[in-house]
Amino acid sequence: MSTQQRSFFFNVDWLTVFLYLILCTIGWFNIHAAVYDPNHQSIVDVSTNYGKQFIFICVSAVVGIVILLLESRFIAALAPAFYVVIVLLLILVLIIGRNVGGNQAWINLGGGFRLQPSEFAKFATCLLLARYLSGTNIRVTEPKSFLMAAAIIGFPMLLIMLQPDTGSTLVFCSLIFVLYREGLSPYFLIIAGLFITLFVTSLLYNPLYIILILVAITAFIIFLFKRNRQLIKTMLIGLAICIAFIFSVKFIYTHVLKKHQTERINILLGITTDLRGKGYNVNQSKIAIGSGKLWGKGYLHGTQTQYSFVPEQSTDFIFCTVGEEWGFAGSLTVISLFMFLILRVILIAERQRSPFTRVYGYGVASVLFFHVVINIGMTIGVVPVIGIPLPFISYGGSSLISFTMLLFTLIKLDSNRKSNV
Amino acid sequence: MNKFFERRYVVTGIFIAIILALLGRLYYIQIVDDRYTIYANSNVRRTTILYPARGPILDRNGKILVQNEPIYDVMVNPKEVKPFDTLLLCKMIGIDKEGFDKRFTKAQRQSPTKASIFEKQLSVELYAALQEKLFEFPGFSIVPRTIRTYPDSVAAQFLGFIGEVTDRDIKRSNGYYRLGDYIGVTGVEKAYENVLRGQRGVQIQMVDSHGVFKGSFANGALDTVPRSGERLTSSLDIDLQRLGEKLMQNKLGSIVAIEPSSGEILCYVSSPTYDPNLMVGRERGNNLAKMYNNPYKPFFIRPIQAQYPPGSSFKPLSALIALQEGIISPSETFYCTGNYRVGNRIVHCNHGEAHGTVNMAKAVAESCNGYFTMVFQRIVDRYGVKNTTANFTAWRNNVMKFGLGARLDLDMPAESRGNVPTPLHYDNTYHKGAWRSSTIAALAIGQGELLATPLQLANLECTIANRGFFYKPHLVKAIGTQNVIKKEYIQKNYVGIDSGYFEPVINGMEAVVESGTARRSKIPDIIMCGKTGTAQNPHGEDHSVFVAFAPRDNPKIAIAVVVENSGEGAHWAAPIASFIVEKYLKGKITPRESGFTVDYFANANRLPDLSLYAQDLQKERRRDSIRAAKVDSIKRFKADSIKKFKADSIKKERQEAAYNNKPANWIKSLTGGRSKS
Repeated sequence: MSTQQRSFFFNVDWLTVFLYLILCTIGWFNIHAAVYDPNHQSIVDVSTNYGKQFIFICVSAVVGIVILLLESRFIAALAPAFYVVIVLLLILVLIIGRNVGGNQAWINLGGGFRLQPSEFAKFATCLLLARYLSGTNIRVTEPKSFLMAAAIIGFPMLLIMLQPDTGSTLVFCSLIFVLYREGLSPYFLIIAGLFITLFVTSLLYNPLYIILILVAITAFIIFLFKRNRQLIKTMLIGLAICIAFIFSVKFIYTHVLKKHQTERINILLGITTDLRGKGYNVNQSKIAIGSGKLWGKGYLHGTQTQYSFVPEQSTDFIFCTVGEEWGFAGSLTVISLFMFLILRVILIAERQRSPFTRVYGYGVASVLFFHVVINIGMTIGVVPVIGIPLPFISYGGSSLISFTMLLFTLIKLDSNRKSNV
Repeated sequence: MNKFFERRYVVTGIFIAIILALLGRLYYIQIVDDRYTIYANSNVRRTTILYPARGPILDRNGKILVQNEPIYDVMVNPKEVKPFDTLLLCKMIGIDKEGFDKRFTKAQRQSPTKASIFEKQLSVELYAALQEKLFEFPGFSIVPRTIRTYPDSVAAQFLGFIGEVTDRDIKRSNGYYRLGDYIGVTGVEKAYENVLRGQRGVQIQMVDSHGVFKGSFANGALDTVPRSGERLTSSLDIDLQRLGEKLMQNKLGSIVAIEPSSGEILCYVSSPTYDPNLMVGRERGNNLAKMYNNPYKPFFIRPIQAQYPPGSSFKPLSALIALQEGIISPSETFYCTGNYRVGNRIVHCNHGEAHGTVNMAKAVAESCNGYFTMVFQRIVDRYGVKNTTANFTAWRNNVMKFGLGARLDLDMPAESRGNVPTPLHYDNTYHKGAWRSSTIAALAIGQGELLATPLQLANLECTIANRGFFYKPHLVKAIGTQNVIKKEYIQKNYVGIDSGYFEPVINGMEAVVESGTARRSKIPDIIMCGKTGTAQNPHGEDHSVFVAFAPRDNPKIAIAVVVENSGEGAHWAAPIASFIVEKYLKGKITPRESGFTVDYFANANRLPDLSLYAQDLQKERRRDSIRAAKVDSIKRFKADSIKKFKADSIKKERQEAAYNNKPANWIKSLTGGRSKS
């Protein structure tokens, strides 16, 4: 027992903790810059958002330490219960939630703080998914298990969709990487990629041309493998589905997606420009980042940031502050830190003997990856604005604490990798 | 390890690829693409142009003719406007609800997020009242500016006025001026625009996304301070100017007085005049329209734009040329019967008066037409009738040396040339070589095609006063501390007459005032030499002309006065000139033997009856509309298929154009009384 206790701190992956702390600090300083108020200059002044963020960081530290002190096997055991609690909270938020900016996503806690259950839903879903997939005789390749896994992911998605918070909903899609790692057919990834490509291109160009190109490619492949009847059959069916999809895009676009979503996509794809209205946010964000040049304008000297040209800058558009005040050097640093963290998480996941921790680790990596890419992508106008925070950096207690829980649970599980769970 | 172990590389690969793509995009927009820096700067920097005060203009004694007065523009930023008591604001700045809506819509169209002008040029009093209530009108602000103000309301045509720049001004200035800037439009404001306007300053400030100012950019390193325009010292004497304008009120005409020893213009009256203060402020537009519609044309700068036949005032010049050319000697006598026969016409002396035996001095003093016609004939026929053209050209050149027939390059815009006819003109009018001295004899007595501006007449007197040379007349004697503004203003322009020839002519001119036609305008204790003139005017009564200089020895002032439609020079122009001269030389007006008083002349109304011209105008209009209809019918014939309404609209347009031609005719008929030769 005593040797195990002693080895505990040796087993903690300090590199990950270190990356985590650096990112949190960067976030804190950039929030300071983003909502800097000359009347409240101190970075720990709790009447300001940067002061509050400091409190959130402290709370997160406590949460992290508590998680590290938990017994590992409880984590797996409590996964279903935690999942149920979160699902209940997600239902509760639909009833008593506070509507902010069109999303009924927050439960008021009083004292100016509020809880966003959807942030914690990612964590709970990762846990339960890990728990389910690590079970004996569970194989994603089997339809039954796949459907069960899909249900675990899909249920909170559905509830969040009702808020409606598209951004948080889409985050769950990233878990496809987890399923893939656990044996899901690569066709799912390919088909997902194909459909996204088709969706975008058929909005940009005349669908007729795209169909012609698809037909040409299919004909070429069939010509190459004309002996393989099975392939020909698959290719033809695939082609038919693709063409059907292309025709349905118009329908999805006008009937399924909401007006603000189509507007955002239109602006992103350059189909419409509206720099004063719908496109204002992204345009100002790009100006902020683009005007940072190599070394940036300096801490608290970003004109776009200090004179509040970018709305939502401390939360979803926090990366503008990084880009503007620290330049490409800052962007490179932050993105490298994230990449390093994600790769580290994958490395941690792969060194586990326990499938539970591995699946969970991939969940963490996927969620982090999705958040980073989508968030930064939307600030520079390469993905639609779907309003999800940049992990550890964006202002917000729920986000920071949930990401802390997500990461520290992995660190905790990893520290116990030598014993069986 | 499970069997899908190798898939970690696929996942890692996808992650790295996508993140690198993101970094590539960031590299592009942050380092390669420079547009965003420009956008960011234009977001945050507000460049304010600081307008310098326009230079003041003083008279020759340092009294202020123009200075600047603070006024206040009300600005509105539509974005910041919240519901407020619109009626109160309207009442305070004196507009109605409709006016408010119109101004607000205009401002909103200009920029919904930045402040634009709502109402211009509030007075200090209005500003004070509004300032107190301003907090009740969110989005409204007040910006101080300066406008021109004229404490004495004199010399309007000299001073001119400023106005907002036109697109053409902007283009011509290579972008120096911007929309809404002010520029000199006429008068000295236009002529000296470059020195009066000063140098603009620039202030770069930072604004946040709501347009709220956040301090200066780069601590003001790029800011520049505006430099006020230069102070101009004009050559005018404000007291003389005031007296001149008083004397000329309710008359058409002009007074130009010049200091012969410098060419500095002392008095520059154009009548009717107007209060230059009407050309600034909120009522400017209405006042401008009123002025333009005034049939007496206050914007017509008579001293340099009106052209009159000089009439008898030309005679001293005729005499001088004859003396210089050795045509006649001062003592040679001529017997005047009251009628002088030239070719097949007869030149009468005024009122059929017979002057008897006259020598040169007497001919000048009594304005003997016969004598001067004889002299002119001798000059033009000097080398035989065959050489009329050459002889006439020589005479013409001599006349033009006095500054007639060409611009004197006064430092004011829009000067007229006057006219000294060319031989070519006569070749065209008659046949080549088919005109003789008798044909053009009217020139001898300042009639015929001869035309001169009052400025040219005054300059002519300067030349006689100086006995043979003049300085180019000018209205501005100093810019700031620089006293010589143009080299040519201190150069003597010789007219090619030896100074010795002047005395007999000046004797005659002295006699004009002492005992001749202008004897009733004699100034006590001052010897004034002058010449009356009566410029024939086919449109109405003759113009009264008087030119003079005084005192005889060491002259201090030369003057030309024209009172339109007032008959003989001795009746109106001469007394007016004598008051100006006396005022200038003595500083006051003393009672006259003749009983003439300033008030009598100031109160006299000599404005012509415009109904006479209305008939002319009607004739003109009828002719134009007939022409228009003709053109129209040709058009209709040519393009039968064109719809009728189009043709009608063309017709209407033409008629309107014809109607709009009216002012030009008004001017001609009012001022350019050309005599029939």
